[in-house]
Amino acid sequence: MGTTDSVLVRAWAAVKRVPEIRILLVVIAFALAMWAYDPRFLSPATINTILLYLFGFAIMACGMTMLLVSGGFDLSVGSVAALSAMTAAMLMKHPAILLAWPLAFLAGLAVGAAMGLINGWIVARVGINPFITTLGMMLLARGLTHVVSGGMSRSDFGPQFCWLGQGRVAGVQMPIIISLTLVVVADVLLRKSRFFRQNYYIGGNEQAAWLSGIAVNRIKMFNYCLSGLLAALAGLLFAARLDSAAPNQGEGDELKVITAVIVGGASLSGGKGTVFGAFLGCVLLAMILPAIRTLHIEVHWEKAVVGSILLLAVLLDRIGRKEK
Amino acid sequence: MVNTPHTVLRLVGIHKRFGAVLALDGVDLNVNAGEVHALVGENGAGKSTLIHIVAGTLPPDRGEIFLAQSGARGDRSSPVSREASHTEGEEGDASALRRVQFRNGHEALCAGISAVFQELSLVGTLSVAENIFANRQPVNRWNFIRRGDLRRQTQALLDGFDIGIEPDTAVERLSVAERQVVEILKALSSRPRVVLFDEPTSSLTQRETRTLFSLIHRLRGEGTAIIYVSHHLPEVLELADRVTVLRDGRRVATLPRSDVSERDLIRLMVGRELSDIYGQPHWFPEKQAAETPRLRVAGLGRRGVFSGVAFDLRPGEIVGLAGLVGAGRTEIGRALFGLAPATEGEIWLDGRRIWPRSAGEAMNAGIAYVTEDRKALGLYLRHSVRDNLAAPWVSRAHACAVRGFSTGAGFLRDRQLDDYAEASRKRFRIVAPDVRQTVGRLSGGNQQKVLLAAWIGIEPRVLIADEPTRGVDVGARGEIYGYLRELAQSGTAILLISSDLQEILGMSDRVLVMRAGRIVKQLDRAEATEEGIIAAALGAGAEPNLRVTETQSPSTQT
Ligand SMILES: Nc1ncnc2c1ncn2[C@@H]1O[C@H](COP(=O)(O)OP(=O)(O)OP(=O)(O)O)[C@@H](O)[C@H]1O
Ligand SMILES: [Mg+2]
Repeated sequence: MGTTDSVLVRAWAAVKRVPEIRILLVVIAFALAMWAYDPRFLSPATINTILLYLFGFAIMACGMTMLLVSGGFDLSVGSVAALSAMTAAMLMKHPAILLAWPLAFLAGLAVGAAMGLINGWIVARVGINPFITTLGMMLLARGLTHVVSGGMSRSDFGPQFCWLGQGRVAGVQMPIIISLTLVVVADVLLRKSRFFRQNYYIGGNEQAAWLSGIAVNRIKMFNYCLSGLLAALAGLLFAARLDSAAPNQGEGDELKVITAVIVGGASLSGGKGTVFGAFLGCVLLAMILPAIRTLHIEVHWEKAVVGSILLLAVLLDRIGRKEK
Repeated sequence: MVNTPHTVLRLVGIHKRFGAVLALDGVDLNVNAGEVHALVGENGAGKSTLIHIVAGTLPPDRGEIFLAQSGARGDRSSPVSREASHTEGEEGDASALRRVQFRNGHEALCAGISAVFQELSLVGTLSVAENIFANRQPVNRWNFIRRGDLRRQTQALLDGFDIGIEPDTAVERLSVAERQVVEILKALSSRPRVVLFDEPTSSLTQRETRTLFSLIHRLRGEGTAIIYVSHHLPEVLELADRVTVLRDGRRVATLPRSDVSERDLIRLMVGRELSDIYGQPHWFPEKQAAETPRLRVAGLGRRGVFSGVAFDLRPGEIVGLAGLVGAGRTEIGRALFGLAPATEGEIWLDGRRIWPRSAGEAMNAGIAYVTEDRKALGLYLRHSVRDNLAAPWVSRAHACAVRGFSTGAGFLRDRQLDDYAEASRKRFRIVAPDVRQTVGRLSGGNQQKVLLAAWIGIEPRVLIADEPTRGVDVGARGEIYGYLRELAQSGTAILLISSDLQEILGMSDRVLVMRAGRIVKQLDRAEATEEGIIAAALGAGAEPNLRVTETQSPSTQT
């Protein structure tokens, strides 16, 4: 008796130590509840829809998690995604350029990385607060997207480019493969690799990190650069999937990504969070719309539900911390 | 092991200026292998600045740092050392010194210099193991952290210090003393050739202090060069081989220990003779019966932390509260001040029953609390001296208006606050160019003075002072004792929580001793002795071996 007890107790203690346990349970419970209501909710088709809906968020969440863990964040990801996609589109479609798609794709990534680097430079070296910096960049990148495109959408990028967004490998769509791979890689890196682990130190206590010999500024710059790069990738894949780049693409995505990452266990004050948790946050948010459809509720409820989930997540987190 | 001393670290003409303050003015220093080189001086003398420069976390304005080539002392571990190992056998040869310029702490660490800084450099949310191996975790060839090794190596270090901390515990759950131990182990974990200690014992109790000393002896035996900064002169004289005295950023003397006494050191540091720093009590037991207690505590308790705590403080009395770290002393202070309210018992102030549930309520009742953790809890490090001094006023609308610091409508009167701050600065002799100076830029001792000034400034009826002289030089310590005596003379009752037995004995009219959450002994000034207090703190019948009782104390923080 006593031994089973202690085994259970220990198992429970081990489970409780998993940082994403709360969000994981919530996601599972939510999915099961919806499945009980209507088994079609967990059909491959719905799961595919959900994953396809969230791939962009999941990619951006990888970078955003690193930022939040190190005590920063990035409001410019939605705009940077649009700018990168539009840059690539213009390079491919502008009659005077007509660049080959791989080069255009790389150029799009480069634009994203450059924008991120500017963010990082301003935040880390100049020392301006990340909110102001990335808010400025959000407006700047959005504005540039409109300028570059003349306010019009572009499309018709050719089958090879579009394959990145529409093609399948072993029956699974490319964006899903790419985003899931990135999530796994980023999660393992942030969890295990010495380099990425330094983010927890910086977010936990920047001064202490610096006294421990951590190159705080360089890592911060790296994080913003990475965030810009991943935003660009998300934007490009999105354009490839729709075969269209629109100047207002991804408006408001930054807040959704930040919401998902925080629902997944990160904190705006830094020092905690994991990529897997952030991914689960994305999954939870992506399930809302299908759930609303399944339950035949008015679609207008979506935002209210997302907001409630965010508030609930932080409340639960606070209560959990009090318990300790 | 080394007969002819050979220099491991040489500083030549180090200058450092912060705005108007010349923190270091051409300091030279030689530190030998296998030497404990103590660095003493008043608050603001430049000791920490020098430590930071050697540790690479602060660049000098001028001056040179030379470091023995790593191989020069039959060396271990650091990757740099293997490259340079051909210099072996050049022991004692000054030419083996090489000029170094560190751009950050990491470079110094790689060169074999590590430091225990005065301000803690730990990340609260991370585990003990991750803190100790910050930035140097054992990794595999993919640069992934090897958790098992990390844990094992940390456990080995903790065992070496003989302290019951788990490698996986988050640092924020540790007491101040335990954090200090983690900080020390962090510095030692890289097996450095030069270790810099900046007041490592200021938050340790005797037990950990003894362990640290034996550790330092061992390091010295292995040929490590050690720079040791401390305000605790008996400690310095016990440990050091040589002592360097800094005053106003200059080196006034470097002397072998055998040539100096405590008095000499004080004279060199302060530039004048200092007599009995504790001053004389003015409060006498005869008066005790006559007056109602200022503060009466009865049956106070909080589950798992302390229980059945009862004592009286009379007006004008200074009562010392002694005990081991973890005995619950700080928790009583926090309970009285409403920070972590007790769950049972009674508190009476001047015959009126009170039950503070927040600091604001306690302050309004007339209780002030000087925290032991000034960096994290006591001061607004990024704000000015003035703002820090004003904080206990600004937080209370009524008192603020009554004192004339705000208008009736609640608008602050800047002029009055400036004058108040300036007066406090003068009265407490806070060394700062002016009251607009950021508190984080002041030396440790002056920060402590700001903290005390802020709380004494509100003229409390009861002052709870938790380690009020931590990290404070002898001169300033004497001043602080003077302020406490003066405050007591004006009728304030003072509860003095301290791990420094000299201080407890020197200042207290009465001593309470705590153990494992209870007050186990009360001693009058006449009967209190160091031995008596230690015996009570350890528990009757316990071996003088300090390890025994540690497990009895509650696992919560002091
Ligand atoms: N970052 C800074 N900016 C401005 N002034 C500084 C800074 N750091 C130190 N100072 C000033 O330099 C002088 C030397 O300070 P330092 O901290 O080295 O003194 P210390 O000898 O370590 O004193 P303590 O015993 O109080 O710790 C002080 O006058 C201090 O106010
Ligand atoms: Mg200092």
